[in-house]
Amino acid sequence: MGVEGIGARALRKEDKRFITGKGRYTDDIVLPRMGYAAFVRSPHAHAKVVSIDARAALEMPGVDAVLTGDQLVADGIGNIICGWMIHSKDGSPMNMGAWRALEPEIVRHVGQAVAVVIADSQGEAKDAADAVVVEYEELPAVVDPIAAMADGAPQLHPEAANNLIFDWDIGDEAAVNAAFEQAAHVTKMEVHNNRLVPNAMEPRAAVADYNEAEEHHTLYTTSQNPHVARLVLSAFYNIAPEHKLRVIAPDVGGGFGSKIYIYPEEMVCLWASKRVGRPVKWVCDRTEAFLTDAHGRDHRSEAELALDADNKIIAFRVKTVANLGAYMSLFSSSVPTYLYATLLSGQYDIPAIHCNVKTVYTNTTPVDAYRGAGRPEATYLVERIMETAAREVGLSPADFRRKNFIRSFPHQTPVIMCYDAGDYDATLDAALKAIDYDGFAARKAEAASRGKLRGIGMSCYIEACGIAPSAAVGSLGAGVGLWESAEVRVNPVGTIEVLTGAHSHGQGHETTFAQLISERFGLDTDAVSIVHGDTDKVQFGMGTYGSRSGAVGMSAVVKALDKVEEKAKKIAAHLMEAAEGDIQIEGGELKVAGTDKKLTFTEVALAAYTAHNLPEGMEPGLKEGAFYDPTNFTFPSGTYICEVEVDPETGKTAIISFVAADDFGNIINPMIVEGQVHGGLTQGIGQALLENAAYDENGQLITASYMDYCMPRADDVPSYQLSTHVTECPGNPLGMKGCGEAGAIGSPPAVINAITDAINNNDLTMPATPEQVWQLCQGSMKMAAE
Amino acid sequence: MTKVAMTLNGKKVQADVEDRTLLVHYIREAQGLTGTHVGCDTSQCGACVVHVNGKAVKSCSMLAAQAADAEVVTVEGLAKGGDLHPVQAAFREHHGLQCGFCTPGMIMTAVDMINRYGGNLDEKTIRHELEGNICRCTGYQNIVKAIKSAADQMSAMKTAAE
Ligand code: FES
Ligand code: FES
Repeated sequence: MGVEGIGARALRKEDKRFITGKGRYTDDIVLPRMGYAAFVRSPHAHAKVVSIDARAALEMPGVDAVLTGDQLVADGIGNIICGWMIHSKDGSPMNMGAWRALEPEIVRHVGQAVAVVIADSQGEAKDAADAVVVEYEELPAVVDPIAAMADGAPQLHPEAANNLIFDWDIGDEAAVNAAFEQAAHVTKMEVHNNRLVPNAMEPRAAVADYNEAEEHHTLYTTSQNPHVARLVLSAFYNIAPEHKLRVIAPDVGGGFGSKIYIYPEEMVCLWASKRVGRPVKWVCDRTEAFLTDAHGRDHRSEAELALDADNKIIAFRVKTVANLGAYMSLFSSSVPTYLYATLLSGQYDIPAIHCNVKTVYTNTTPVDAYRGAGRPEATYLVERIMETAAREVGLSPADFRRKNFIRSFPHQTPVIMCYDAGDYDATLDAALKAIDYDGFAARKAEAASRGKLRGIGMSCYIEACGIAPSAAVGSLGAGVGLWESAEVRVNPVGTIEVLTGAHSHGQGHETTFAQLISERFGLDTDAVSIVHGDTDKVQFGMGTYGSRSGAVGMSAVVKALDKVEEKAKKIAAHLMEAAEGDIQIEGGELKVAGTDKKLTFTEVALAAYTAHNLPEGMEPGLKEGAFYDPTNFTFPSGTYICEVEVDPETGKTAIISFVAADDFGNIINPMIVEGQVHGGLTQGIGQALLENAAYDENGQLITASYMDYCMPRADDVPSYQLSTHVTECPGNPLGMKGCGEAGAIGSPPAVINAITDAINNNDLTMPATPEQVWQLCQGSMKMAAE
Repeated sequence: MTKVAMTLNGKKVQADVEDRTLLVHYIREAQGLTGTHVGCDTSQCGACVVHVNGKAVKSCSMLAAQAADAEVVTVEGLAKGGDLHPVQAAFREHHGLQCGFCTPGMIMTAVDMINRYGGNLDEKTIRHELEGNICRCTGYQNIVKAIKSAADQMSAMKTAAE
């Protein structure tokens, strides 16, 4: 592959196995004597479990066991917990209801598991699961979060009166109220953020293998963070102590947040493997994924923006109700609070912000972080109200934003965040130029001549990645630290293994992490392997989510590399009888500056391991580890502009062009960064135009397959035009910010602003289906006629 | 149980399977070729696409028994010796994959598409032809680029050979 350092468009090292069908995903793993698990799931959204009769199922061919929640509880398996404590504004802790991996008493959403069948084949397990007779006593269900808070609504958990989990505040309410008194103009709107299903293409899967003699469990699973899974399974769910539990996340087919959490099924496989004395495999089918993978978004908000006479924002007030579903998933409480309300300042200098968030239980699938996690909800709200306010006061959307941009850094917002660096004018200018904003009026007129409605909309997003530092998130309620670890092992022949706690499930770490080593030592990237995803190999790590692997994970590698370099230089200096300060590393060699004396990296590595001639007192070997805890979040930002054409006859929206101008700080591999943006934009456009997890009033998910849940396909999206602008992040050694989620965060408001511009009607909610757009077009035409 | 025999990636194979066994499970489980993936249960994602008698087929939508005696090619059967198929090489060259889960199905669909259209593939046609394949990672842009580039290259090779 050659020497490919920072900034190179290096082709991916991992691709060969994926394009030849040699990837190794969890479902590809087969162990001797393996049994298959199939779950018995509730068809009701809310019901008492009266009885479970497994007699017929147990008689069926190949069936080994049917296990229920009573047995699970009796075996001491712990309840599933939310790992981030949020306190309500009155100081009381959040009201967390009990969640068991198999529910023995009351089911609270359709698809919740009450029993599991273990059989010799997947087909036999599924047949037997159908034959388990469960008697339910149906209870009234509630799916709407506002209705759930009303007196007399069905109650999900005894711990949470009126289904309220917490009632939380951020910002200075009095200051906001005072500013509103002074406002020259107030823009007010209601904004819904639709519920989504993450839909990684690889469904979740688990293979659990219990070794009785060693009292040791191995779990192969589709996880973004195997170490966190092991910690939680050990410390809270009582599966086994950490040294008796190995978690391996092999190739994982996409995550987008949904594979962060420890779900009932993986726990049950571990427990069942011990119970039945054989390895147990479970593979989720797509319908099960729709019913049980943590969903995303689902916010209802009211927002008010106060402007002074000069159209400067003086205050922002938001009230949000977040639907968390039937149970509190692992990080569910942090998403609508610290990952959401802290971003409500957007790119703007807003002196006073206040936000109230109520989180609510409903009889729906649990909701947690999905690509962007809180920041898309904040961005959608901020960027829709910015566009709306600009229209109301008669300023161009770009001018109104520019008037309010933050331009000096660091900038302390009124909602915790301190932005470290950015240049919002630069990305706005780049995007306006790329889309030829000035030429829009002519394009609109041309479209009108064909009977089509053209619209243009923008979104100037900011987001926060690499959530940290650990002490700060701890003080805000996080149950874990958010650092990352790395170990750099130089082998005696000079090849290198990098062990990281980050996990790649599409991000290309095997390539980008190797580029760091290539850059530092001038080695071929083929001389480097990345080791990740196995708790037996990598000591500890926090995994990959929140666009943290670059800013946090790679920074840990850099720290370890510093130590390796220092030791290698000491050895080289000693061997060449030179001063340590005169040693330079270049092209895979350690040279004495100003002389022709040099040693290859391999010679130095070998010397470290033969240890025949090392500096006095130096330990043999060349291997160093590091833990890196950042000092702040990073703040990627940018401008997205979308141009659409709506057909008023059909309500169908076509995206004509979409430009993205992003500031991700320094970039290791532009090719991979572009791929991340393409994917993120497509998910955001999916949210804006197509995707919606819809329930009927009885709590049945009516979009539980690809027939009803509309995934973005190749002909739903355009080719995107991307550019990047760099302001270095001062908070980490590589100056990186993160790029994994920006596309999904910034794009929905750009699309919706474009459509509302086209149809001249602002009452649009996501997804902007042709039916809804057509209705609004009819309304606008009627209004125009009157 | 039925004995199902077929030619899989040029090799004669057979296995006893339950009558209801789908082709995808025959390939993955009975024959241990795990490059072909299962991404849905409604025949809509395309992760399972293989070639049966030279045509792209969703292997989750047919029984193994229906492919008895057929020529079946999976993603494992594309590369000749150490040489990648031009479509495989183009997916790598243009970063047409991220997590790799949809990739085998995308590649098999692309090969079939190029077989049918030759060098006459434009972006619009490619996007339309990809209707049956979902990718959640790439946003399709680089997949489209990869297919276009492979189509151009393969048709140029064909012209040169003629
Ligand atoms: S698995 Fe065959 S189309 Fe989805
Ligand atoms: S590369 Fe992940 S689904 Fe396509």
